[in-house]
Order: sequence, then structure tokens, then C-alpha cells
Amino acid sequence: MREHFLQIENLHVSTDGKEILKGLNLTVGRGEVHVIMGPNGAGKSTLASVLMGHPQYEITAGTITFCGEVINGLRPHERAKLGLFLSFQYPEEIPGITLENFLRTAKSAVKGTQVGLLEFHRELEQKMAQLNMDAQYASRYLNVGFSGGEKKKSEILQMLVLEPKLAILDETDSGLDVDAVRIVSAGVQQFHNEDNSLIIITHHSRITEHLPVHRVHILLDGRIVESGGPELVDEVEQRGFAALNC
Amino acid sequence: MGEAARKKTYVEDLSRELYDQYNEFTYSYKVDRGLTPEVVREISRQKNEPSWMTEFRLKALDIYYQLDVPPWGPNLDELDIDNIITYVKPSTEMRYSWDEVPEDIKNTFVRLGIPQAEHASLAGVGAQYDSEVVYHSIKENIRKRGVVYLDMETALREYEDMVREHFMTLVPPSDHKFVALHGAVWSGGSFVYVPPGVHVDIPLQSYFRANAPGAGQFEHTLIIVDKGAYLHFIEGCSAPKYSVNNLHAGCVELFVREGARLRYSTIENWSKNMFNLNTKRCLVDKNAVIEWVSGSFGSKVSMLYPMSILRGEGAKAEFTGITFAGEGQYLDTGAKVVHAAPHTTSTINSRSISKSGGTAVYRGVVKFTERAKYSKSTVSCESLMLDAQSRSDTIPVIDIATDEVDVGHEAKIGRISDAAIFYLMSRGISEDEAKAMIVRGFVEPIAKELPLEYAVEMNNLINLELEGTIG
Repeated sequence: MREHFLQIENLHVSTDGKEILKGLNLTVGRGEVHVIMGPNGAGKSTLASVLMGHPQYEITAGTITFCGEVINGLRPHERAKLGLFLSFQYPEEIPGITLENFLRTAKSAVKGTQVGLLEFHRELEQKMAQLNMDAQYASRYLNVGFSGGEKKKSEILQMLVLEPKLAILDETDSGLDVDAVRIVSAGVQQFHNEDNSLIIITHHSRITEHLPVHRVHILLDGRIVESGGPELVDEVEQRGFAALNC
Repeated sequence: MGEAARKKTYVEDLSRELYDQYNEFTYSYKVDRGLTPEVVREISRQKNEPSWMTEFRLKALDIYYQLDVPPWGPNLDELDIDNIITYVKPSTEMRYSWDEVPEDIKNTFVRLGIPQAEHASLAGVGAQYDSEVVYHSIKENIRKRGVVYLDMETALREYEDMVREHFMTLVPPSDHKFVALHGAVWSGGSFVYVPPGVHVDIPLQSYFRANAPGAGQFEHTLIIVDKGAYLHFIEGCSAPKYSVNNLHAGCVELFVREGARLRYSTIENWSKNMFNLNTKRCLVDKNAVIEWVSGSFGSKVSMLYPMSILRGEGAKAEFTGITFAGEGQYLDTGAKVVHAAPHTTSTINSRSISKSGGTAVYRGVVKFTERAKYSKSTVSCESLMLDAQSRSDTIPVIDIATDEVDVGHEAKIGRISDAAIFYLMSRGISEDEAKAMIVRGFVEPIAKELPLEYAVEMNNLINLELEGTIG
């Protein structure tokens, strides 16, 4: 087993007095790509939010360890600085702040030093080009008026710029047309290397097609009920969760 | 909810340090508290006015006696007009050079950055201290092109006909009680005339400073931008805080002739004992444009609704305003537009922030008369409340007397969304910084409309020190 990046042990999570995650275990090693699938309401997005430290969710039992540190009590920005990243299923629109200014502020915060204006501008232009994003989006307000596809590209762009150790993609491929999925997938491939890891929450196989998927997990009613190799993705796609007999 | 989410947020009040420094109150003449025809005659006599103006004042005073305080809007009970000193003459004459302005008064304006701005980026400056204008200047090259920029008293002497033809015709004393009061006791203000076709490239600025405790400021601003001309006029207002209430009942009358354009920017930062009951109105002729930019940060109570009367075909009004109401403030602001000709357009964009129990109200009227066919209006007002103690409200009125008009209205009242904070925090940005970012983003569309030096000032003013402490 490679170095453990993320280790989730017996995680119980509630919101508004309702338990959503009921003893979840998951280990992700450095350089690995994990896929999480499961029906709606199984707790996939809750898992993503809890990993990022959303204050709405309460951890009632269990631990989340990231790079050797228990992060249960860390706030979202502290987790980001440790190298966690969440690509949101529904990215927020923030008026009045340009994508470029926001992302340079974020990058400076994550790196812990002020990033130079010109240097950053060049990096951003280059990464936007990779994602087939019009350069003018950099001077638009963060996600405001972006189409669904542009919002997801904006998430992947942020991932490419912030260079996290572990990125969680929460249904980044949902609601995208074929071309957008291809571009987003290419962006994810570009990002991935042997020093960083991905948790991909998805309903489809396309986003993972060109990625070295290490493990696939089926999340059902707050627990991981089955784990397997990449072939599990196809199985779910063809036969549905019910047929998995779990 | 985790412990973190229960953290309280504190947003600092606008820093008033700069504005609250006051000079010892010295004056050469002031009238007694309270208002009688004798007081009004005395003001007029002190100013050596023509008799028609004395008569005008007395008529306005009559109307003032007859009218009641408006029954709507903020509570004005604490305003005791009988105890407001209506006329305070500073102990200096009007000067045309800062070197001649008495040291203490000059220093006030230096602290506010006025002479520096004049040197750097203005075509002319007027500075009013209490009831009288103490300094006025205009760059020679602008004056040579026929532009007139004077204090109202001098204008009344040198351009008497033009003043008489326009003075309080757009805002008659019968309009409401405070404008009647203004008509009776007005003092100071600026007069501007821009001849046809003259484009004044850099702004003129008048700065109004109230220093005397318990006094009223009643300056009158009259601007005529003749056919095809252009002007950007900036007014700034401030006062130090005293324990007694002050009253500002200024009046602004703007005439924008055919094809002309006027941009009128205001940054108001009165102290929080000021009742700011100001009346501004603009008459817009054929294909002419009025652009209002308005920042309301100070005062205890404000009632301010700049009005544009689009009387010429194709006339256009734009209003961009930001209001920031902190503790103890009730700021009732907005805009009024009357579409009185075909193909007229208006755009109103208003933002407000309320915090620490402050109240920010948007109140606006857009009216289309029967003649206003093929006209269009877009109104957007957004309010952000930074805590549960603060209040915000929008009261838009739309009155349409003809078909074939296009009216859009959008109002949003909200708080900083937790989802937005989480999103920004997930990118490494702290909670305080995330909130400050959202607030700055909220005012950004307005900030970029402000004159540069005021945009900088607003950044300093909105000294958003968001501080998390376990509450």
C-alpha cells in the first residue's frame, strides 16, 4: 500500500439531527484515483462537504485523517491550505469579484505567500487555454452568468491553479454535454500525477475513462457497501445499483 | 451547527476619525435660535440681497409655517427646528486663494484633502464652511471658455437675471416643509453655468462642511449645462459630531439642456447627529442625459430622493447609489424619475448595506405620463443586511399613465449566504476575508462609478474589519 493520504474511519455524520453517514470507512493513498458511486440520497455529497469542513454537518463519531493529521476540527480554509480541494456540484456565484482576482487571492492564501500579478496572469491564461475557456472569463465576476459547463470548467481551472494534494470532484460531469465532459476529463487528466489523488463522485464512466482508477466504491445509505476495481463502474452503469445486491 | 458557524461577525463602523475633528466654534455673526420673519430679513440684509430675494424668502417662510412635517418615512421627532441655528457666518470673507483662508478653516479642508485634489484633478473648487462659502476657484482655461463657477451669493450679484430665472423654479418652496425652510434661510452653495458645446473635461467640486454645533446648513446649488455641453460636478459633505442635532436642508436644481450631459456625484458623510433632508432635482431636455452617482454614509436620518424630470424626447436618467447604515442610522434614500416625453429612458441601480441595528430603506418612484410612449425604465435595488439587528426595506412605486412602456424592476434583500462563505473558504480564504470579499463585491458596481479620489475614500470608509470571536 502506498502512503495513506486520506483515511476515514467509522465516520458518522448528522445534519439537523438526522444521521446521513453511518460508519463510513475509506482509505485513499498518494497518487490514487477513487470513484464513488451510489444512488441519490446515499450521502455522496454529504461526504464531499464533510471532507471540506462544511459547518452544517456534525461529525458525531469517527475520524478523518489527512496526511497524518486528524482534521475533524479544522475549518474549510485550513483544510484547503493542507491541500484539500472540492469541486462543487453547484458552484456559487459571487458578484463583484473577478475570477482572476479571486483565484489569485486563493492561491496566495493556499501558498502562504503573495503571488505576483503578472506571473499569475500568465499561468491563468495558459490554464484557461487548456480548458478551452475564453480568456475574457478571467475578468468576469466569479461564476456569475456562467453556463453549467463554464461553471464546471471554472471548478477544474481552480483545481489546476491551486494544485491540491487531494481533489474531490462532486458530480463534476453531471449535466454537461459530451464536448464539455471531454474537456473537463482532459483537465482532470492533466491535473493528476503520482503525487496527488482524486475522489470522483459520479454516475458515469466517461469522466474516468482515461484515468488510472484504483478503486470504485458503492455508497449506499451512509456506508460503503462494496468496493472493487474499475470494472465495477461498467457494472453499475449497465445493471444499476439494485442489481449489485447490496 | 458547529461552533465555528456560531461565531459572531463584527463589522467596524465607518471610521469617522477624520471627519469628527472639529474646530473651536468662532463666528462673526449668527442669528438666534428659532425662526421669525425678522431673522429671515436679517439674513437677507447681512447678504445685501436684492429686494426680490428678500420677498422670496419671506414668502417661503410663510409656506414653511403652513406646512407639516411629512407623515411618512423616518421619525423626525428628535429634530427640534426651533433650536436649529439657521445662519452662521464664519469669521472670514470669501477667498480666492487658500493662503488667505484662516488657518483653522483651511486646515479642516486640508485634512479632508480638498486643496490637494484641486491641484491634482479638479477644474475648480468651492468650499463652504457652515453657512458661507469661504473659498472658490476655477482654472483659468475653463473660465476662458465661458464656464461660470461661483458661490451662490456672488452669482446672485453678478448673474442676477439667470439666478432669478431659475432659482427654486424646479423645486418650489411649496414642495415640502424643509424645502420651504430652505427657501427662507438658504445660504451658500454653488452656481455653475456651462455655455453651449463646452465640454469640461475635469470635474468641478464643491465641499460642504458644517462646523457649528446645533446649526443648520442650507446651501443652494444651481447648475445649468447648456446645449450640447458636458460637466461632471462633485459635491462632498461632512461635519464633526456634536451632542445636539444638526439639520442639513440643502437644495440642488439642475438644468440639462438639449443634447447636454451632466454627471452629478455626491459623497455624503455627515456626522451621526445630522438630519439630512436634502432635495435634488434635475430637468432634462431633448436627448440630454443626467447621471446621478450618490454615496450616503453619514447622518442620523437621511431623506434623499434625487428626481429627474425627463421632459424632452429621448432624455435619459441614470442613478447609481450606495447607502451604508450603521448603528443609530436611518437612511431613507432612493430616486425618482418622471418620464414626461416619448423615448425617454431611466436606469436606477441602488445598493444598501445595514449593520449594527442600522436601517436602510430604498424608496423610489418611476412615473410615466401620457406623453411618455416608447419609454423604458429599469430599476434594480439590492440590500445586504450584515446582522439580525439591522433592517432593510424597499418601497418602489411605479405609476404608468400610458401603454407602450417597458418597465423592469428587481429588488433583492438578503444576508451574506453561508453557502457563498463556505465556497470561498474551501479555496483557502479565511471566513473574515470571505465576508469582506462578498461585501466588497456587493458594492463594486457602485464603487467603480465613483470619482477616483472618492473610490479610494470609500475603500477607506468601508473599513471592513470583520473579526471572528466566539460569541
